[in-house]
Amino acid sequence: MPKIVFNRADGSQQIVEARPGASIMDTATRSGVPGIVAECGGAMACATCHVYVADDYLPLVGEVGEFEDEMLDDAAAERTANSRLSCQIRMTDELDGIEVTVAPEQ
Amino acid sequence: MSERVPARAGVLVAGAGEAGVRVATTLRELGYDRPIVLCGDEPHQPYQRPPLSKAFLDGKAVRADLALRTPEFFRDAGIEVRPGQRVTDVEVDDSGSGTATCEGGDTVEFDRLVLATGARPRPLPVDGGGLDGVCVLRGVDDAERLRDRLATAGRVVIVGGGYIGLEVAALASARGLATTVVEREDRLLSRVSAAPLSEFLAERHREWGVEFELAADVRELVGDGHRVHDVRLADGRLLPADLVLVGIGAVPETTLAEKLGLDVRRGIVVDAGCRTSHPGVWAVGDCTVRAHPHLPGELIGVESVQNANDQARAAAAALAGAEPPRPPVPWFWSDQRDLKLQIAGISSGYDRHVVRGTSPGADLTVLYYRGGELIAAESVNRPADFLAVKRALGKGKTIAPEPAADPATPLKELITDRA
Ligand SMILES: Cc1cc2nc3c(=O)[nH]c(=O)nc-3n(C[C@H](O)[C@H](O)[C@H](O)COP(=O)(O)OP(=O)(O)OC[C@H]3O[C@@H](n4cnc5c(N)ncnc54)[C@H](O)[C@@H]3O)c2cc1C
Ligand code: FES
Repeated sequence: MPKIVFNRADGSQQIVEARPGASIMDTATRSGVPGIVAECGGAMACATCHVYVADDYLPLVGEVGEFEDEMLDDAAAERTANSRLSCQIRMTDELDGIEVTVAPEQ
Repeated sequence: MSERVPARAGVLVAGAGEAGVRVATTLRELGYDRPIVLCGDEPHQPYQRPPLSKAFLDGKAVRADLALRTPEFFRDAGIEVRPGQRVTDVEVDDSGSGTATCEGGDTVEFDRLVLATGARPRPLPVDGGGLDGVCVLRGVDDAERLRDRLATAGRVVIVGGGYIGLEVAALASARGLATTVVEREDRLLSRVSAAPLSEFLAERHREWGVEFELAADVRELVGDGHRVHDVRLADGRLLPADLVLVGIGAVPETTLAEKLGLDVRRGIVVDAGCRTSHPGVWAVGDCTVRAHPHLPGELIGVESVQNANDQARAAAAALAGAEPPRPPVPWFWSDQRDLKLQIAGISSGYDRHVVRGTSPGADLTVLYYRGGELIAAESVNRPADFLAVKRALGKGKTIAPEPAADPATPLKELITDRA
């Protein structure tokens, strides 16, 4: 199963195995990764699943959608070129080892 | 079968849905280290309901996608989940500690009790409700039944034009099924929303082929003794149907609260910290009602994931002796095909509304005001508006109504202090 490395707000790392097809958000909330609030459960309605995807993996996670783009503009934490809503990234074997940093505020 | 071991829980949560799970997980986040037991009457691991009328009903999500947490998470967190264990009886002393009895006879002693029993579908008070082909939608088993029915149905009648009814209408019509929504009021969502939103939604649904019977009451569901084949309206007309979804709202589940003699008025009455009328018993989520934020003397029940989570956080903080969390901003969403509705605040009690949008039928935001101050907004496909309003309300700020009518001005630039 592909793994996700979460850099948590307190500086520690948590490595979680993902079910292929599940989103990064799904994987995080079900395993209780702190800081991923994800109140809407992936409906792209809350912008509380904000992460920063590590540079190496950015080209692999696809484009930011139009709606996601608007949500990210107004997310609670600062938006950078690495910002994504983690509910919009589905895990594949290709993404094994992907490193994401949990946004400091959701 | 579960073993009949007498256990003692620091906190017993009755009801293992969105709110109950959040009470347990927040307690652990706050460092609470006594045993936590979560009894749920459904024979499933705790799951999310919103997809039941959306992706799950559409076949785009499966049961595994609905899980709120993995079993490993609960195990590692020391949260004992007991699915299929309905709490049938409970006794509580003045301090809040007591004993609960589960279906099948198991008992759990506890120091503190949290009721998180949710709500059940409001039954349609007419004849014919028991006919085959008449469905409700609250749990995953309901959703699976409805999904199977939709695969073979030809004519669908949805009784109730609320969010769940509209979400199902959006899906049924997309499959080419003849779909009719019967609504008692003369427009959709009339109790909470202003007319522009009602009309926007009705107009888009009509384009999708959904028909509406507004200001219409159902008198009877007619069948051949086994299967439903018509819905009879109060004016006598018959709407042919081989699938009827009754979506006329939910009734808070208050059986245990009533047994305990708690103050129950439609729902279990709680304060901002989710305390019931018994100082040692808490209640959270869809089973509760509380003071309306704008209408003095009125009680309001808020059925949303946000409310379930925030009430749960408040109760957990009180139970763990932690600081109460900041007062939350109520919010809600609904997905209907390409329409994403996002609602922030509580609109009921508004005395003025302002509409903004770029082109009819594409997007819309309605801002609601009371006494000159912003209290809520409903957006369709305008996520930036929603997030700006949510932020303004969270900071106790407002947005001037006149400039807000210009859809080109970002609302976040208009946030100001209250007068
Ligand atoms: C189809 C559908 C779509 C929805 N869509 C949205 C949406 O898009 N956005 C949104 O914000 N909200 C939505 N909601 C509302 C949201 O799901 C609820 O507000 C939320 O689930 C409430 O959580 P709760 O824990 O209070 O209740 P529930 O999730 O209902 O959980 C209560 C649990 O307690 C159990 N129980 C009851 N009595 C007992 C007992 N005596 N002993 C043990 N267990 C008991 C119940 O069976 C249930 O499993 C939707 C709801 C439904 C049904
Ligand atoms: S979980 Fe809500 S936007 Fe991602």
